[in-house]
Amino acid sequence: MSELLSIILTIMTAATPLLLAATGELVTERSGVLNLGVEGMMAVGAVSAFAVAFTTGNPYLGIVAAAAAGAALSIVFAILTLGMAANQVATGLALTLLGLGLSALMGEGFVGQPGVKLERIHIPGLSDIPLIGPVVFGQDVLVYFSFILAGATAYVLFRTRLGLTIRAVGDNHTSAHALGFGVNRVRLLCVMFGGACAGLGGGYLSLAYTPLWIENMVAGRGWIALALVVFASWMPWRVVVGAYLFGTVSILGFALQSKQLGIPPQLLNSLPYLVTILALVVISAGRTFNRSNTPACLGQSFVPDR
Amino acid sequence: MLLRLEKRPEVSRAMRVLSPVIAIALTVITGAIIFALLGQPPLEALYVYFLDPLKWFWTQNPDDFWPLEQLCIKAAPLAMIGAGLSVCYLANIWNIGAEGQLTAGAILGGAIPVFFPQWQSPLTLITMLVLGMVGGMALAAIPAFIKNKFNASEILTSLMLVYVAQLVLDWLVRGPWRDPDGHNFPQTVPFTDWQALPQLGDSSIHLGVILAVIACLALALMMAKALKGYELRVLGAAPRAGRFAGFSRSGAVWFCFLLSGALAGLAGICEVMSTVGQLQPAISPGYGFTAIIVAFLGRLNPIGALVAALALALTYLGGEGAQVALGISDKIARVFQGILLFYILACDTLIFYRLRVAVGATA
Repeated sequence: MSELLSIILTIMTAATPLLLAATGELVTERSGVLNLGVEGMMAVGAVSAFAVAFTTGNPYLGIVAAAAAGAALSIVFAILTLGMAANQVATGLALTLLGLGLSALMGEGFVGQPGVKLERIHIPGLSDIPLIGPVVFGQDVLVYFSFILAGATAYVLFRTRLGLTIRAVGDNHTSAHALGFGVNRVRLLCVMFGGACAGLGGGYLSLAYTPLWIENMVAGRGWIALALVVFASWMPWRVVVGAYLFGTVSILGFALQSKQLGIPPQLLNSLPYLVTILALVVISAGRTFNRSNTPACLGQSFVPDR
Repeated sequence: MLLRLEKRPEVSRAMRVLSPVIAIALTVITGAIIFALLGQPPLEALYVYFLDPLKWFWTQNPDDFWPLEQLCIKAAPLAMIGAGLSVCYLANIWNIGAEGQLTAGAILGGAIPVFFPQWQSPLTLITMLVLGMVGGMALAAIPAFIKNKFNASEILTSLMLVYVAQLVLDWLVRGPWRDPDGHNFPQTVPFTDWQALPQLGDSSIHLGVILAVIACLALALMMAKALKGYELRVLGAAPRAGRFAGFSRSGAVWFCFLLSGALAGLAGICEVMSTVGQLQPAISPGYGFTAIIVAFLGRLNPIGALVAALALALTYLGGEGAQVALGISDKIARVFQGILLFYILACDTLIFYRLRVAVGATA
């Protein structure tokens, strides 16, 4: 029982950063912008969260710092891709390289320092129910927030006027412009939203997943989040499913390791990456399921001519 | 918005030449600001970072020549990989997993000294280099196959394989391939004699530097004179026109991935046969990723990549120098590299667009 509980709890901690970052990127891509800088924004989010939580002793300020840092970095991306119509793929790569470099430089003084852990909340009575209590009522705030975020994203994208605008801008920026929407203004907000979410995902890593700062601690999760958006065919609820699936796979490695089966840990650690490739193959092979949802203007710059 | 883009009636030739220069100048200015923020005297720090390694040019002091050799050695892998990537990116094919292909090349080529430590002949050298290229090609073939067969994004698949290749290398050097006489360090037997690259005279310049120059020249020739180069450029700039001309998109994907994979693999095996000297968990300071910047700074031209590789090698060397002389973390090199790529991309916009200051209300 306690083993099952600990497995479920670890899966949730592994899935939450992916869910946060992928939901943000989903909104960005729905507006027609492909931001490949998720990995870099997560890294800067992680180090900012750690630094602020470490100096103030308050993990909640760390969360705010992570979101702010992610959004700030995404503005740099927005200036180039929206303001200067630069190639989105190349700029996204630049953002990742810059983010990883910045995080390494900023985090230099924090290596080996004890982190401030984002505590799980405890509701007397409710949290003490066997199994269900800790899973449903005993998580930390970011776990709850990640679900609220996914739900709110689904609602806003498909049930509100704002969501319709975002999707219109992503599917046909020329028509959206002709209708009077500020294409690049909508996109800027979506890019910043994606940046803040990626920052939060990174912050979760250094506050809850492993309350430490280690260089390269994001370890490709930003890229997995990007793959998740494709895997989820740009539908928010499918991101939740995908994130938990990937969380399970990455925990599988640890679980098997503790069983002493003699499988080298490095090969188990490479599982999430191999599964990502496999998932991309499966989802891309099933065309009909996928293609219809791809934002039609994904990756294309919009320069209004007048 | 204060600034507005306006399409130029004609592509600006001046900007085409100037944009990398402006980008480097802006990076240096930003560098001064960052040094000031870190509490260093900006001008002195810039001197140590960017000019100290080049001191020989004005001192002619033989002692100062060594950094120049180091510059060439660091530029070699960057130029090799960067030239391959520029061909890819020009064809609009996004191989960003060069770091993994570098690792795969080092692993496959490095298998020779691990399994045949006694084999010493010129053929050893050639076999290792060829296997290095095969290793890089093998890893690069996976995203190419997946792209052509299932149309899955090559960006994500090639990148995922970087982590896989590095984990495999880590496992090999800690496990089955570990040197039994290596005091339990995670490394293979040292590569000696014909298992290492020969050096030029008594300098530290090795065969890899020459191979890098040859690779860049050959690719430049291919892109300028051969039909294949034309085909790739058409497919990148106008995929529809390429289809009508009968150029195969999937053929181009295979060609670009195998070519850039082979060069990345060659860079990997050259590194472990020279600077590193054996297989160990970390064999590259991110050459495969920095080469992306090399490709763009070189204007997606293999000769340009050769020049750009020297510029980026300077950021590595300067980072090391600044760490010794000023006590700044050498991590700052990666920040500069990232900033440089941003400025290159921003300046490239100015080739096609003019920036206009919009005063008053925007329509």
